[in-house]
Amino acid sequence: MTAPATTRTPRRTPAERARDLALIATFAALTAACALTSVAFSAVPVPVTLQTFAVLLAGAVLGPWRGTAAIGLYLAVGAAGLPVFAGGTGGLASFAGPSGGYLMAFPFAALVVGLAVRAAGRRGPLGTGVAVAVGVTAATALTYAVGVPVLAARTAMDAAAAWTFNWGFVPFDAVKAALVVVAAPAVLRAFPMLRGARAPRALAPEIAAA
Amino acid sequence: MSRVRVATPLGLHIPGTSVVHRAPAGLKLALLAALGTVVAFVREPLPALGLLGFVAATWLLARLPLRALRQVRGVAVLLVALGAFRWWAAGPGAAVGMVAGLSAVVLAAAVVTATTPTDEIVAVLVRGLRALARVPLLGRVVVPESFALAVALVLRTVPTLLDVAQGARDAARARGVRGPRAWLLPTLLRTVGHAVRTGEAIHARGLLDTARTS
Repeated sequence: MTAPATTRTPRRTPAERARDLALIATFAALTAACALTSVAFSAVPVPVTLQTFAVLLAGAVLGPWRGTAAIGLYLAVGAAGLPVFAGGTGGLASFAGPSGGYLMAFPFAALVVGLAVRAAGRRGPLGTGVAVAVGVTAATALTYAVGVPVLAARTAMDAAAAWTFNWGFVPFDAVKAALVVVAAPAVLRAFPMLRGARAPRALAPEIAAA
Repeated sequence: MSRVRVATPLGLHIPGTSVVHRAPAGLKLALLAALGTVVAFVREPLPALGLLGFVAATWLLARLPLRALRQVRGVAVLLVALGAFRWWAAGPGAAVGMVAGLSAVVLAAAVVTATTPTDEIVAVLVRGLRALARVPLLGRVVVPESFALAVALVLRTVPTLLDVAQGARDAARARGVRGPRAWLLPTLLRTVGHAVRTGEAIHARGLLDTARTS
């Protein structure tokens, strides 16, 4: 890999790059651990796991780029055949199934939460909490916006029926999103270095200049 | 050099010597993508059953044991629920067409996963990332060589985090506190702490530098 070095963009130091890689891999692993921790609710035929909690948390805590990378890595590890998806499943079957659209929306959900937190800038715990709340709401809406049409297309249901099916998950998603709103500001306050992150080199100039 | 050896009892790969096992990973993934595209346009029960029969023949050709089916458990439950709904909404023909078509893709994906070692799929992903890295702007962000290291790190970290969560739960119980708040936040803080120490260890060993230059 020889990326042409440019003078105007600041390079991340080797120590920072190593930390970024470790954070990305650890949050991918956290998402896997959360997906394997299933909470059984008798009302729904599908096991409810903490998977989406970890997806939203990765965006809120790691920021848009590392958060997206972490969830992308999680999906790649699952696609490679390791049983890291909800309920100990894995492999390409999960992408091919009716709920594959939700999986594919996850990196973008993390991106949206990360962008919302970054746009809010450095604020107190309350301000950060509000930014996270806005971010997780938008990200969950985005996940539905991708997941439901894919569900409808793959099952030949009409859109209204697919949305009805989707409503069954909304209460659980709301609880998980609320957990992120509580947890993310606390993690960010405990590790201020997480917010010292700059964007990847190619996209950094305007941010670094500010 | 891009092949990372992933040795784990967790994997869904089932070793074998059949034609399906020996086919190149890239070809299998391309065929799977083609099948997924075809099924998206198939609504009638007969062609859908034909596709399912074709995939089932591949399954038999690969001589896979029944335990290879465990990776489709979650999807199977969802398919039964959706099939019942479809039967009720549009009749048996539509339900059979949908369930057979989707089962064909899901089963084909399970066959690819079961007959292809994890490190070969990772190698295909790394090749894909190399192509992405050649795109001008993306080349600065995408570093294919560190991907293999990251995958290995994920596999190592999952059991560690499950231990961390268990430890935090035990500590909360020892303090006499109940509920997720008592252990969730300590788990998350220890997780980030673990990541920071791992980053320091990677830097100290210069692992990323070798990944870059090799």
